[in-house]
Amino acid sequence: MSITNQTISEEIRTRAKELIASGEVAAFLGFTQGNLPMTTRPFVARQPADAEKLVWNSFCVMNLAKYLPELLRSLEPRRGPKDPPPEDPLPKVGVVATGCWSRNIVVQSHENQIQRDRLIVLGVASRGMVSKRRVEDRMQGREILSVEEDEHSLLVQGRGFREEIPRWDVVRDNCRSCINPDPVILDQRIGEPAPARNVKDRYRQVNEVEARTSEERWAWFQNEISNCIRCYACRNACPLCYCPTCFVDDSRPQWVGKGLDPTDTATFHILRAYHCAGRCTDCGACESACPTGIRVRLFTKKLEKDVLEMYGTEAGLHPEMPLPLTTYDANDPQGFIMAGNGPGETGKGRPSADEEVEP
Amino acid sequence: MCASLAYVARLRKDSSEEDGNLVIQMDRTIDESAAWEPKIIAFLCTWCSYAGADLAGVSRFQYPPSIRIVKVPCSSRISANLILDALRAGADGVLVSGCHPGDCHFISGNYYARRRFALLKNLLEFVGIEPGRINFSWVSAAEGERFSQIVREVTERVTKLGPASRLVKKPLPEITAYSTHSGAYQRTLEY
Repeated sequence: MSITNQTISEEIRTRAKELIASGEVAAFLGFTQGNLPMTTRPFVARQPADAEKLVWNSFCVMNLAKYLPELLRSLEPRRGPKDPPPEDPLPKVGVVATGCWSRNIVVQSHENQIQRDRLIVLGVASRGMVSKRRVEDRMQGREILSVEEDEHSLLVQGRGFREEIPRWDVVRDNCRSCINPDPVILDQRIGEPAPARNVKDRYRQVNEVEARTSEERWAWFQNEISNCIRCYACRNACPLCYCPTCFVDDSRPQWVGKGLDPTDTATFHILRAYHCAGRCTDCGACESACPTGIRVRLFTKKLEKDVLEMYGTEAGLHPEMPLPLTTYDANDPQGFIMAGNGPGETGKGRPSADEEVEP
Repeated sequence: MCASLAYVARLRKDSSEEDGNLVIQMDRTIDESAAWEPKIIAFLCTWCSYAGADLAGVSRFQYPPSIRIVKVPCSSRISANLILDALRAGADGVLVSGCHPGDCHFISGNYYARRRFALLKNLLEFVGIEPGRINFSWVSAAEGERFSQIVREVTERVTKLGPASRLVKKPLPEITAYSTHSGAYQRTLEY
């Protein structure tokens, strides 16, 4: 067992127990061990005894911010549709947060899905989460019965085999290109803070696609989503996807069909990525949740790159700044707008800036 | 798809050729490949672009009849869902046009729209939709001639790209059997 993970797990358990026992929080959101090797599941501890079940390891791949809005709402006193909103103080929730999850908390707080003062955030700096799929690929079809984590390696065991693999080799892509593993907001800190990472080429995967022609990109895109079974696990795991009626559930008008038509699948992925523009923190929950291994986060990564280049902001990094698509600047880039400067019928077209125009 | 008729007149010698009679046979064939014209959905904001298009019409500025205009209150009404819906329906191109920045009838609608469109255009090109399928412009109510230029330019771009095929949602064959489109009905009778 990795010493770091052991220390952090114990610390989380102690603090959660304290918070629940003292009544400061009504519920604590963390992870507990899953049934299968290499899985954890998000877990809500409501009694002090539940806090013993909390764990922390390199397989905590879901984003806890997903569960916060609903959890906070469920803890409010019951009221009918016409009753006035409940008065403060409302029950609080404790949550563990790494860099990307804390940024999602900031985004949700901007979008009024949660109230920051109802949260007690225990900040943990992430060392990068491991992709279960990568470990399974390395074992080439042999069934994995248990995985033990050491500080920098994983010990994978199955029937008739034991292999030790370097941990960093199987860490998820988004964690490898992360520049902010430390939480941006926290109330209590657990473990050592991590400095901002200097990553050489954050958008390498996006740039690789952009280097191709339009036909090649379409072929790549169709191939990437060809395995999609439209289970919507990516949407269900995403903390940004909290719409009561998702656009895929709309029937009048129907934006996306219900079947597996490739056009519908393409529309779903394009629009879902688009709805995350400027809000996605590249937490990787979508890719980790996908049962068929689609690299869903590449589409949102492209949008993240564009937002950074054009508008200079990144989702949730600066709690005081508004989200990019809820604001504007008079000098936003508009090179893509058609100029319409042709000569036209009268031979004149638009007067240039130097010409004098008669009033 | 727009089909144009091409009359092909063929001179054919009849069996009674010895008499020196020539029988002229006129064949009427539907030449679908010639003169295909794109269908472009144009979302125009009511206060500036639609008025500009109206001015183009009143002033008799000619532009290709490829656009189908949808009047919306403001360019910021256009969401990505709508643009993709146009592409799915089979539009060969989309044009979204609003007021110039600073002149929006609703003060800031086009500013928000500008950010949205920039990101959408980049995303669509990233996944392989040809550049030039969706286009954006600012046209004011006084720019009738410029509107016609823009439509001409967009039509040129889209014609060069050819009919749209990448994000088109084709209806199921069972549905076309019951549609009122006689051509489709005739075809399914052959099965």
